[in-house]
Amino acid sequence: MLPHPAAPTATEPARARRRRLLVIMPAYDEARRIRQVVAAVRAQVEGDLLVVDDGSRDATASEAHQAGALVAIHPTNLGYGAALQTGYRYALRHAYDAVLQLDADGQHDPASIPRLLEGLDRADVVVGSRFLEPGSYAPPLARRIGMWLFGRVASALAGQRITDPTSGFQAISRAALRFYAHERYPVDYPDADVLAMVARSGLRLAEVPVRMLPSPDGKSMHSGVLKPIYYVFRMSLALGLVPLRGEKHR
Amino acid sequence: MTPTQRAFAVVTSVAMFLAILELVRRRKLKEEYSWLWILTTLGMTALAGWYGLIEWLTQLIGAVTATTTLFIFGLLFLLVISVHFSTVISRLTQQIRRLAQEIAILSAERDQAGAERARHERSDGPPGA
Repeated sequence: MLPHPAAPTATEPARARRRRLLVIMPAYDEARRIRQVVAAVRAQVEGDLLVVDDGSRDATASEAHQAGALVAIHPTNLGYGAALQTGYRYALRHAYDAVLQLDADGQHDPASIPRLLEGLDRADVVVGSRFLEPGSYAPPLARRIGMWLFGRVASALAGQRITDPTSGFQAISRAALRFYAHERYPVDYPDADVLAMVARSGLRLAEVPVRMLPSPDGKSMHSGVLKPIYYVFRMSLALGLVPLRGEKHR
Repeated sequence: MTPTQRAFAVVTSVAMFLAILELVRRRKLKEEYSWLWILTTLGMTALAGWYGLIEWLTQLIGAVTATTTLFIFGLLFLLVISVHFSTVISRLTQQIRRLAQEIAILSAERDQAGAERARHERSDGPPGA
Protein backbone atom coordinates (compact mmCIF):
# COMPACT_ATOMS: atom_id res chain seq x y z
CA MET A 1 0.00 0.00 0.00
CA LEU A 2 1.23 3.49 -0.84
CA PRO A 3 1.37 6.05 1.94
CA HIS A 4 -0.53 8.71 -0.03
CA PRO A 5 -2.89 6.98 -2.41
CA ALA A 6 -5.08 10.07 -2.78
CA ALA A 7 -2.44 12.30 -4.38
CA PRO A 8 -2.11 10.64 -7.81
CA THR A 9 -5.79 9.79 -8.18
CA ALA A 10 -6.82 13.41 -7.55
CA THR A 11 -4.99 14.56 -10.68
CA GLU A 12 -6.37 11.77 -12.87
CA PRO A 13 -9.69 13.32 -13.94
CA ALA A 14 -8.03 16.66 -14.62
CA ARG A 15 -5.53 15.00 -16.91
CA ALA A 16 -8.25 13.05 -18.67
CA ARG A 17 -10.10 16.27 -19.46
CA ARG A 18 -7.02 17.83 -21.00
CA ARG A 19 -6.49 14.87 -23.30
CA ARG A 20 -5.42 16.04 -26.77
CA LEU A 21 -7.87 14.50 -29.17
CA LEU A 22 -7.73 14.04 -32.93
CA VAL A 23 -10.93 13.21 -34.78
CA ILE A 24 -10.27 11.12 -37.90
CA MET A 25 -12.79 10.86 -40.70
CA PRO A 26 -11.88 8.71 -43.69
CA ALA A 27 -13.80 9.95 -46.72
CA TYR A 28 -14.27 8.72 -50.26
CA ASP A 29 -16.49 10.70 -52.65
CA GLU A 30 -18.39 12.41 -49.84
CA ALA A 31 -18.32 15.99 -51.17
CA ARG A 32 -22.10 16.40 -50.83
CA ARG A 33 -22.26 15.52 -47.16
CA ILE A 34 -18.88 16.15 -45.64
CA ARG A 35 -19.52 19.76 -44.54
CA GLN A 36 -22.67 18.84 -42.68
CA VAL A 37 -21.01 15.88 -40.97
CA VAL A 38 -17.94 17.92 -39.98
CA ALA A 39 -20.18 20.59 -38.48
CA ALA A 40 -22.19 17.98 -36.56
CA VAL A 41 -19.03 16.43 -35.16
CA ARG A 42 -17.63 19.83 -34.24
CA ALA A 43 -20.77 20.53 -32.22
CA GLN A 44 -20.11 17.44 -30.12
CA VAL A 45 -16.40 17.45 -29.49
CA GLU A 46 -13.44 19.78 -29.18
CA GLY A 47 -10.15 18.88 -30.76
CA ASP A 48 -8.55 18.83 -34.16
CA LEU A 49 -10.41 17.19 -37.00
CA LEU A 50 -8.57 15.39 -39.78
CA VAL A 51 -10.40 14.29 -42.91
CA VAL A 52 -8.46 11.66 -44.83
CA ASP A 53 -9.52 11.93 -48.45
CA ASP A 54 -8.89 8.48 -49.91
CA GLY A 55 -8.33 9.56 -53.50
CA SER A 56 -11.86 10.89 -54.06
CA ARG A 57 -12.91 11.77 -57.60
CA ASP A 58 -15.13 14.63 -56.42
CA ALA A 59 -14.47 17.78 -54.37
CA THR A 60 -14.33 16.01 -50.99
CA ALA A 61 -10.97 17.54 -50.08
CA SER A 62 -11.87 21.15 -50.81
CA GLU A 63 -15.29 20.80 -49.16
CA ALA A 64 -13.68 19.39 -46.04
CA HIS A 65 -11.16 22.18 -46.12
CA GLN A 66 -13.90 24.79 -46.27
CA ALA A 67 -15.62 23.13 -43.36
CA GLY A 68 -12.47 23.92 -41.38
CA ALA A 69 -10.99 20.44 -41.18
CA LEU A 70 -7.40 19.45 -41.69
CA VAL A 71 -7.21 17.42 -44.87
CA ALA A 72 -4.79 14.61 -45.70
CA ILE A 73 -5.11 13.59 -49.34
CA HIS A 74 -4.18 10.16 -50.66
CA PRO A 75 -2.92 10.53 -54.24
CA THR A 76 -4.76 7.29 -55.14
CA ASN A 77 -7.50 5.20 -53.56
CA LEU A 78 -5.76 3.01 -50.99
CA GLY A 79 -8.74 1.61 -49.10
CA TYR A 80 -10.72 2.38 -45.97
CA GLY A 81 -8.22 0.77 -43.59
CA ALA A 82 -5.29 2.59 -45.18
CA ALA A 83 -7.13 5.91 -44.82
CA LEU A 84 -7.67 5.25 -41.12
CA GLN A 85 -4.03 4.31 -40.75
CA THR A 86 -2.90 7.56 -42.33
CA GLY A 87 -4.87 9.27 -39.56
CA TYR A 88 -3.27 7.07 -36.87
CA ARG A 89 0.20 7.87 -38.14
CA TYR A 90 -0.58 11.58 -38.22
CA ALA A 91 -1.89 11.38 -34.65
CA LEU A 92 1.21 9.56 -33.42
CA ARG A 93 3.56 11.99 -35.09
CA HIS A 94 1.78 14.99 -33.62
CA ALA A 95 1.63 13.51 -30.14
CA TYR A 96 -2.13 13.27 -29.76
CA ASP A 97 -3.27 11.33 -26.71
CA ALA A 98 -6.27 9.75 -28.33
CA VAL A 99 -8.16 9.38 -31.58
CA LEU A 100 -11.85 9.32 -32.32
CA GLN A 101 -12.77 7.87 -35.68
CA LEU A 102 -16.06 7.95 -37.53
CA ASP A 103 -17.26 7.64 -41.10
CA ALA A 104 -17.76 10.74 -43.21
CA ASP A 105 -21.10 9.62 -44.68
CA GLY A 106 -23.09 10.52 -41.59
CA GLN A 107 -23.88 6.93 -40.67
CA HIS A 108 -22.35 7.36 -37.23
CA ASP A 109 -24.47 9.61 -35.04
CA PRO A 110 -22.17 12.29 -33.54
CA ALA A 111 -24.44 12.40 -30.48
CA SER A 112 -22.85 9.09 -29.40
CA ILE A 113 -19.33 10.58 -29.34
CA PRO A 114 -19.21 11.53 -25.63
CA ARG A 115 -20.01 7.94 -24.66
CA LEU A 116 -17.08 6.64 -26.72
CA LEU A 117 -14.70 9.17 -25.19
CA GLU A 118 -15.81 8.29 -21.66
CA GLY A 119 -14.93 4.69 -22.47
CA LEU A 120 -11.28 5.69 -22.93
CA ASP A 121 -10.93 5.98 -19.15
CA ARG A 122 -11.18 2.21 -18.84
CA ALA A 123 -10.07 0.86 -22.23
CA ASP A 124 -7.54 1.41 -25.02
CA VAL A 125 -9.95 0.66 -27.84
CA VAL A 126 -13.60 1.63 -27.40
CA VAL A 127 -15.86 0.26 -30.12
CA GLY A 128 -19.30 1.73 -30.71
CA SER A 129 -21.77 -1.12 -31.08
CA ARG A 130 -25.03 -0.56 -32.92
CA PHE A 131 -26.41 -3.81 -31.49
CA LEU A 132 -26.21 -2.59 -27.90
CA GLU A 133 -28.39 0.40 -28.77
CA PRO A 134 -32.09 -0.40 -29.26
CA GLY A 135 -33.06 2.34 -31.76
CA SER A 136 -30.15 1.70 -34.08
CA TYR A 137 -30.30 0.71 -37.73
CA ALA A 138 -30.08 -3.03 -38.36
CA PRO A 139 -28.37 -4.19 -41.56
CA PRO A 140 -30.02 -6.77 -43.85
CA LEU A 141 -30.44 -10.32 -42.55
CA ALA A 142 -27.69 -12.01 -44.58
CA ARG A 143 -25.15 -9.47 -43.43
CA ARG A 144 -26.39 -9.73 -39.84
CA ILE A 145 -25.85 -13.49 -39.89
CA GLY A 146 -22.29 -13.04 -41.16
CA MET A 147 -21.57 -10.36 -38.57
CA TRP A 148 -22.99 -12.56 -35.82
CA LEU A 149 -20.93 -15.56 -36.90
CA PHE A 150 -17.64 -13.72 -37.22
CA GLY A 151 -18.49 -11.83 -34.04
CA ARG A 152 -18.79 -15.16 -32.18
CA VAL A 153 -15.45 -16.41 -33.51
CA ALA A 154 -13.78 -13.10 -32.69
CA SER A 155 -15.35 -13.14 -29.21
CA ALA A 156 -13.95 -16.60 -28.59
CA LEU A 157 -10.50 -15.51 -29.77
CA ALA A 158 -10.64 -12.27 -27.81
CA GLY A 159 -11.97 -13.88 -24.65
CA GLN A 160 -14.67 -11.24 -24.35
CA ARG A 161 -17.93 -10.42 -26.07
CA ILE A 162 -17.75 -8.51 -29.36
CA THR A 163 -21.21 -7.66 -30.65
CA ASP A 164 -20.38 -5.36 -33.57
CA PRO A 165 -17.12 -6.44 -35.18
CA THR A 166 -17.49 -4.25 -38.28
CA SER A 167 -18.03 -0.98 -36.45
CA GLY A 168 -15.78 1.85 -37.63
CA PHE A 169 -17.05 4.14 -34.86
CA GLN A 170 -14.23 3.92 -32.31
CA ALA A 171 -12.17 5.79 -29.77
CA ILE A 172 -8.52 4.76 -29.53
CA SER A 173 -5.84 5.48 -26.94
CA ARG A 174 -2.24 6.27 -27.79
CA ALA A 175 -1.04 2.79 -26.81
CA ALA A 176 -3.50 1.24 -29.27
CA LEU A 177 -2.55 3.77 -31.96
CA ARG A 178 0.94 2.37 -31.97
CA PHE A 179 -0.50 -1.10 -32.46
CA TYR A 180 -2.72 0.13 -35.32
CA ALA A 181 -0.01 2.10 -37.12
CA HIS A 182 1.92 -1.11 -37.79
CA GLU A 183 1.87 -2.97 -41.13
CA ARG A 184 -0.35 -5.62 -39.56
CA TYR A 185 -3.31 -3.28 -39.92
CA PRO A 186 -5.42 -4.38 -42.91
CA VAL A 187 -5.77 -1.87 -45.75
CA ASP A 188 -9.26 -2.80 -46.89
CA TYR A 189 -11.63 -3.34 -44.01
CA PRO A 190 -10.41 -3.61 -40.45
CA ASP A 191 -12.82 -6.03 -38.89
CA ALA A 192 -13.33 -8.78 -36.31
CA ASP A 193 -9.75 -9.99 -36.77
CA VAL A 194 -8.35 -6.62 -35.68
CA LEU A 195 -10.50 -6.55 -32.55
CA ALA A 196 -9.49 -10.12 -31.67
CA MET A 197 -5.86 -9.15 -32.25
CA VAL A 198 -6.26 -6.07 -30.02
CA ALA A 199 -7.76 -8.06 -27.15
CA ARG A 200 -5.08 -10.75 -27.39
CA SER A 201 -2.24 -8.24 -27.57
CA GLY A 202 -2.87 -7.10 -24.01
CA LEU A 203 -4.67 -3.88 -24.92
CA ARG A 204 -8.00 -3.29 -23.19
CA LEU A 205 -11.04 -3.51 -25.45
CA ALA A 206 -14.51 -2.26 -24.58
CA GLU A 207 -17.82 -1.80 -26.38
CA VAL A 208 -20.31 0.97 -25.76
CA PRO A 209 -23.75 1.40 -27.33
CA VAL A 210 -23.92 3.93 -30.19
CA ARG A 211 -26.58 4.97 -32.65
CA MET A 212 -26.02 4.22 -36.32
CA LEU A 213 -28.18 5.28 -39.23
CA PRO A 214 -28.55 3.54 -42.56
CA SER A 215 -26.12 4.75 -45.20
CA PRO A 216 -27.90 7.66 -46.96
CA ASP A 217 -27.68 6.30 -50.49
CA GLY A 218 -27.93 2.68 -49.48
CA LYS A 219 -24.48 1.80 -50.70
CA SER A 220 -22.48 -0.65 -48.66
CA MET A 221 -18.93 -1.77 -48.97
CA HIS A 222 -20.08 -5.38 -49.02
CA SER A 223 -22.68 -5.37 -51.82
CA GLY A 224 -22.54 -7.42 -55.01
CA VAL A 225 -22.13 -11.14 -55.62
CA LEU A 226 -18.41 -11.79 -55.47
CA LYS A 227 -17.63 -9.32 -52.70
CA PRO A 228 -19.53 -11.16 -49.93
CA ILE A 229 -17.87 -14.45 -50.95
CA TYR A 230 -14.47 -12.84 -50.92
CA TYR A 231 -15.31 -11.21 -47.60
CA VAL A 232 -16.22 -14.52 -45.96
CA PHE A 233 -13.04 -16.09 -47.29
CA ARG A 234 -10.84 -13.23 -46.19
CA MET A 235 -12.37 -13.01 -42.72
CA SER A 236 -12.03 -16.75 -42.17
CA LEU A 237 -8.39 -16.59 -43.17
CA ALA A 238 -7.69 -13.50 -41.08
CA LEU A 239 -9.42 -14.92 -38.00
CA GLY A 240 -7.66 -18.25 -38.44
CA LEU A 241 -4.30 -16.50 -38.51
CA VAL A 242 -4.93 -14.45 -35.36
CA PRO A 243 -3.98 -17.20 -32.86
CA LEU A 244 -1.06 -18.27 -35.07
CA ARG A 245 0.51 -14.81 -35.04
CA GLY A 246 0.28 -14.08 -31.33
CA GLU A 247 1.30 -10.43 -31.51
CA LYS A 248 1.78 -8.40 -28.35
CA HIS A 249 1.72 -4.65 -28.10
CA ARG A 250 4.81 -3.11 -26.55
CA MET B 1 19.13 -37.76 -77.72
CA THR B 2 20.54 -36.98 -81.16
CA PRO B 3 23.63 -34.76 -81.43
CA THR B 4 21.52 -32.03 -83.12
CA GLN B 5 19.03 -32.05 -80.24
CA ARG B 6 21.81 -31.86 -77.72
CA ALA B 7 23.57 -29.03 -79.57
CA PHE B 8 20.29 -27.08 -79.75
CA ALA B 9 19.60 -27.61 -76.04
CA VAL B 10 23.10 -26.59 -74.97
CA VAL B 11 23.14 -23.49 -77.19
CA THR B 12 19.69 -22.35 -75.97
CA SER B 13 20.60 -22.83 -72.32
CA VAL B 14 23.92 -21.03 -72.60
CA ALA B 15 22.28 -18.19 -74.56
CA MET B 16 19.63 -17.83 -71.82
CA PHE B 17 22.30 -17.75 -69.15
CA LEU B 18 24.29 -15.08 -71.00
CA ALA B 19 21.15 -13.03 -71.65
CA ILE B 20 20.35 -13.00 -67.93
CA LEU B 21 23.91 -11.98 -67.06
CA GLU B 22 23.77 -9.19 -69.63
CA LEU B 23 20.49 -7.90 -68.17
CA VAL B 24 22.04 -7.83 -64.71
CA ARG B 25 25.17 -6.13 -66.06
CA ARG B 26 23.10 -3.39 -67.70
CA ARG B 27 21.07 -3.09 -64.48
CA LYS B 28 17.86 -3.97 -66.32
CA LEU B 29 17.45 -6.81 -63.84
CA LYS B 30 18.27 -6.21 -60.21
CA GLU B 31 20.77 -8.61 -58.63
CA GLU B 32 18.32 -9.54 -55.90
CA TYR B 33 15.76 -10.81 -58.45
CA SER B 34 18.25 -12.47 -60.78
CA TRP B 35 19.37 -15.35 -58.57
CA LEU B 36 16.37 -17.56 -59.36
CA TRP B 37 16.91 -17.10 -63.08
CA ILE B 38 20.64 -17.69 -62.89
CA LEU B 39 20.12 -20.90 -60.92
CA THR B 40 17.55 -22.07 -63.47
CA THR B 41 19.64 -21.36 -66.55
CA LEU B 42 22.62 -23.10 -64.92
CA GLY B 43 20.38 -26.09 -64.21
CA MET B 44 19.14 -26.07 -67.80
CA THR B 45 22.72 -26.04 -69.11
CA ALA B 46 23.68 -28.92 -66.84
CA LEU B 47 20.68 -31.00 -67.97
CA ALA B 48 21.32 -30.27 -71.65
CA GLY B 49 25.01 -31.09 -71.52
CA TRP B 50 24.84 -34.20 -69.37
CA TYR B 51 22.16 -36.70 -70.32
CA GLY B 52 23.10 -38.98 -67.43
CA LEU B 53 21.84 -36.37 -64.97
CA ILE B 54 18.36 -36.33 -66.44
CA GLU B 55 18.23 -40.14 -66.50
CA TRP B 56 19.25 -40.24 -62.87
CA LEU B 57 16.62 -37.61 -61.97
CA THR B 58 13.95 -39.53 -63.87
CA GLN B 59 14.71 -42.63 -61.87
CA LEU B 60 14.85 -40.66 -58.63
CA ILE B 61 11.33 -39.21 -58.94
CA GLY B 62 9.94 -42.44 -60.42
CA ALA B 63 9.01 -40.96 -63.83
CA VAL B 64 8.96 -43.15 -66.93
CA THR B 65 10.37 -40.86 -69.61
CA ALA B 66 12.93 -38.07 -69.47
CA THR B 67 10.42 -35.66 -71.05
CA THR B 68 8.13 -36.02 -68.03
CA THR B 69 11.00 -35.06 -65.76
CA LEU B 70 11.67 -31.96 -67.81
CA PHE B 71 8.00 -30.92 -67.78
CA ILE B 72 7.66 -31.49 -64.05
CA PHE B 73 10.69 -29.40 -63.25
CA GLY B 74 9.61 -26.74 -65.74
CA LEU B 75 6.24 -26.47 -64.00
CA LEU B 76 7.83 -26.43 -60.55
CA PHE B 77 10.10 -23.62 -61.58
CA LEU B 78 7.17 -21.54 -62.92
CA LEU B 79 5.31 -22.13 -59.66
CA VAL B 80 8.26 -21.04 -57.54
CA ILE B 81 8.89 -17.93 -59.58
CA SER B 82 5.20 -16.88 -59.44
CA VAL B 83 5.17 -17.20 -55.68
CA HIS B 84 8.40 -15.23 -55.57
CA PHE B 85 6.80 -12.49 -57.68
CA SER B 86 3.75 -12.43 -55.41
CA THR B 87 5.95 -11.71 -52.42
CA VAL B 88 7.73 -9.00 -54.38
CA ILE B 89 4.41 -7.43 -55.38
CA SER B 90 3.18 -7.55 -51.78
CA ARG B 91 6.28 -5.71 -50.67
CA LEU B 92 5.91 -3.13 -53.43
CA THR B 93 2.26 -2.57 -52.52
CA GLN B 94 3.22 -1.97 -48.92
CA GLN B 95 5.96 0.47 -49.89
CA ILE B 96 3.66 2.40 -52.22
CA ARG B 97 0.99 2.60 -49.53
CA ARG B 98 3.56 3.91 -47.06
CA LEU B 99 4.62 6.58 -49.55
CA ALA B 100 1.08 7.65 -50.36
CA GLN B 101 0.26 7.90 -46.65
CA GLU B 102 3.38 9.95 -46.08
CA ILE B 103 2.38 12.36 -48.86
CA ALA B 104 -1.09 12.67 -47.33
CA ILE B 105 0.37 13.44 -43.90
CA LEU B 106 2.68 16.05 -45.39
CA SER B 107 -0.23 17.70 -47.19
CA ALA B 108 -2.15 17.90 -43.90
CA GLU B 109 0.89 19.37 -42.14
CA ARG B 110 1.30 21.97 -44.85
CA ASP B 111 -2.38 22.87 -44.39
CA GLN B 112 -1.96 23.28 -40.69
CA ALA B 113 1.20 25.37 -41.02
CA GLY B 114 -0.62 27.64 -43.47
CA ALA B 115 -3.59 28.03 -41.15
CA GLU B 116 -1.32 28.88 -38.21
CA ARG B 117 0.58 31.47 -40.22
CA ALA B 118 -2.70 33.09 -41.27
CA ARG B 119 -3.82 33.20 -37.64
CA HIS B 120 -0.55 34.85 -36.56
CA GLU B 121 -0.76 37.48 -39.26
CA ARG B 122 -4.31 38.30 -38.28
CA SER B 123 -3.46 38.72 -34.57
CA ASP B 124 -0.21 40.66 -35.15
CA GLY B 125 -1.58 42.84 -37.89
CA PRO B 126 0.09 43.05 -41.29
CA PRO B 127 3.85 43.57 -41.01
CA GLY B 128 4.91 47.23 -41.31
CA ALA B 129 1.36 48.62 -40.88
